[in-house]
Amino acid sequence: MHIDRYERNWIRFAGGLLVVFAAALTVAAVFLGVRLPGIAEQTIPIAQAGGEYDINKGWIRELAPRRYEVNMRARVWSFEPREIRIPAGSTVTFYIHSDDITHGIKIQNTTVSTMIFPGHVAKVTYTFDKPGEYVFVCHEYCGAGHHFMSGRVIVEE
Amino acid sequence: MSLAAIKQYEMPRSERNLYLSFILIGFAHLMVGLFLGFMQGMQHAGIDLYRVIPIVRHYYQGLTIHGVFNVLVFTTFFIAGFLLFVTSTSLKKPINLRLGWLTFCVMTIGLLLTDYAVFTNQASVLYTAYSPLEAHWTFYLGLALVVVGTWLQLLIVGRMVLQWRKENPGQRTPLLAFGALATLLMWGLASIPLAVLFVGILLPWSLDLIPGVDVLFNRTLFWMSGHPIVYFWLLPAYLSWYFMLPKQVGGKLFSEPLARLAFLLFIPLSLPVGFHHQYVDPGVAEGYKYIHFILTFAVFMPSVMTAFTVLASLETGGRARGGKGLLGWVTKLPWNDPSVTAQLLAMVLFALGGISGLINASYNMNLVVHNTLFVPGHFHLTVGTAVALTFMGIVYWLVPHLTGRRLFSAKMGVVQAWLWFIGMTIMSRGMSWAGMLGAPRRTALGSAPYFMDEWVLPSWFTAIGGVILTISGFLFFINMLASLWLAPKAEKQVEVPVAEPLIDEGAKMPAWLDRYTVWAGAAVLLVAIAYTPALVKLISDLSMTVPGLKPY
Ligand code: HEM
Ligand SMILES: [Cu+2]
Ligand SMILES: [Cu+2]
Repeated sequence: MHIDRYERNWIRFAGGLLVVFAAALTVAAVFLGVRLPGIAEQTIPIAQAGGEYDINKGWIRELAPRRYEVNMRARVWSFEPREIRIPAGSTVTFYIHSDDITHGIKIQNTTVSTMIFPGHVAKVTYTFDKPGEYVFVCHEYCGAGHHFMSGRVIVEE
Repeated sequence: MSLAAIKQYEMPRSERNLYLSFILIGFAHLMVGLFLGFMQGMQHAGIDLYRVIPIVRHYYQGLTIHGVFNVLVFTTFFIAGFLLFVTSTSLKKPINLRLGWLTFCVMTIGLLLTDYAVFTNQASVLYTAYSPLEAHWTFYLGLALVVVGTWLQLLIVGRMVLQWRKENPGQRTPLLAFGALATLLMWGLASIPLAVLFVGILLPWSLDLIPGVDVLFNRTLFWMSGHPIVYFWLLPAYLSWYFMLPKQVGGKLFSEPLARLAFLLFIPLSLPVGFHHQYVDPGVAEGYKYIHFILTFAVFMPSVMTAFTVLASLETGGRARGGKGLLGWVTKLPWNDPSVTAQLLAMVLFALGGISGLINASYNMNLVVHNTLFVPGHFHLTVGTAVALTFMGIVYWLVPHLTGRRLFSAKMGVVQAWLWFIGMTIMSRGMSWAGMLGAPRRTALGSAPYFMDEWVLPSWFTAIGGVILTISGFLFFINMLASLWLAPKAEKQVEVPVAEPLIDEGAKMPAWLDRYTVWAGAAVLLVAIAYTPALVKLISDLSMTVPGLKPY
């Protein structure tokens, strides 16, 4: 089988480039902690059903200074809570579930992006260092009012 | 090759009509799809045409029709006509016409059911059909029948190739038939999960025979087929670029073995990569996502090979036509031929599409672009241009060949191709830009209360590019309709371009480049490795409990 010399070099070069890219992304995942949502360790947030921190409701609670837990509920066509106020430098762990169909959430200007399925709890953690307003939107089509589904994280000085 | 072998095969009229019917139905649906695309682009710029032109109830019904018609109906119907046509031409005998028309009937009945569902707003679930959004049962049954039609094509082409081999022992399958079979075989394997999902789960669920679904399991089945389907669209375009276009520009196929290898590599490599569409799905372990990320990079390789071989083949043509210097041959290519221009421009944008695809596939980088407009920015370059514009390019010679009439206007065809190129460059730039700024996809952005100031300019790019594209599409359809009914009869039938290899390796070419079973076996093995653990977990956790909802 005849393979042209230039063609062979091109294939090697392109293959090499892909290896370099893959390595860089792996470094970002393993050492810089830019991780994808995986299997949530617990399918239910820490608090149990009922009471102030009912898992079926949306709520925010402070675990320690600058450590927050947010239980978020998505449903056609709103997020609950839809406004989250925290001081700058807070690390927030989100537990997000859906009451009805598939939704998604993307918090602008962060790496937070996950699908939200009924029957699963998505867990994402992010540290909000810069003060400002972070809009979050539903980024999976969920019916005629999908484009109304949004909220914001307000990070105060 | 002997002179007799080069002589073209005289196709009976009923066979030509079959291919023409597939192609025309495909393009008729594309016409509707493009118009809805135009309305979407305008909506993003804040111009709401849905009130003025009440062909659909709202943005999402239109978007469903746009997606279903453009990437499921147009592609599949064109590909059916095209692959059956090239098989028959290259093996020089008619296909089994009874089976051919049966395929046509099955697919058309399916299509009518789908048309009914989407036009009556009973299936505004978008082409991905993500449950628990629920559609009318005609939608699931209709699309399933279209898939069954693709299996019938595999049967037709597979039998013909086997027969040919028996009659021509020791010879390699002719290139066009080889490419057609590789494409249909890849899709035949890849479409099984989709069929299971549509017929085994969604159809009975929409008929209330089963109460609920498991969301994640359904998504996983969908994407097991949903990524390979893009190669089902792309490979017929590759087939034209590798095996036909070199002839159209007066060149030769630069490397036949590598061309064959590229096609065969897609059979195993395009299947085990579905989780790269599910990078941000909770419930799928990061490890499997990582494996699919690496395999996705692997399936980039046959496309890298394609880039070289196709360009080098074009260069032999440009040089044969007197082109000199490093790039002088490019200007010597027959740019006045609409079929050539369309395909060359399709390739240029495909390069950008490939790069943006690599970004989407890049594991954690996907967090930035997932479900943003960056994604349609990417696939309008790939399926929306590399595939769609190439298919238009093919039609510029194929329809005259089938009807025996001349192409109505070559000049109009050239203008059309350039307008598509310009319009798509602008629109996809707008989409990717908005996407990088966080604008979600599949969203009636023009009505979104959170619409951000920095999305205004990119949205205008999308709208203006969309207008230019729509004009291009309009020119294409006028030209086609006129070619079908107004253009004069051609004195000489348009030839089917079939490229010859630059180096005829003949029997020296390794036999494993013509053995499909090995590659199909490799596909099954790779899928088993990449999916078994994840599927076992999904099935052991299976809870078909989520009821359907129709919030549209
Ligand atoms: C006149 C030409 C076209 C225009 C103006 C256009 C416009 C658009 C726009 C604005 C969207 C984004 C909708 C959103 O995410 O909210 C879209 C989506 C889409 N387009 Fe096009 N498009 C055109 C041609 C095509 C072609 C030729 C194809 C494929 C063959 C195609 C396939 C798709 C698909 C699959 C989607 C995604 C649908 C979904 O997310 O469910 N489009 N188009
Ligand atoms: Cu939603
Ligand atoms: Cu939504």
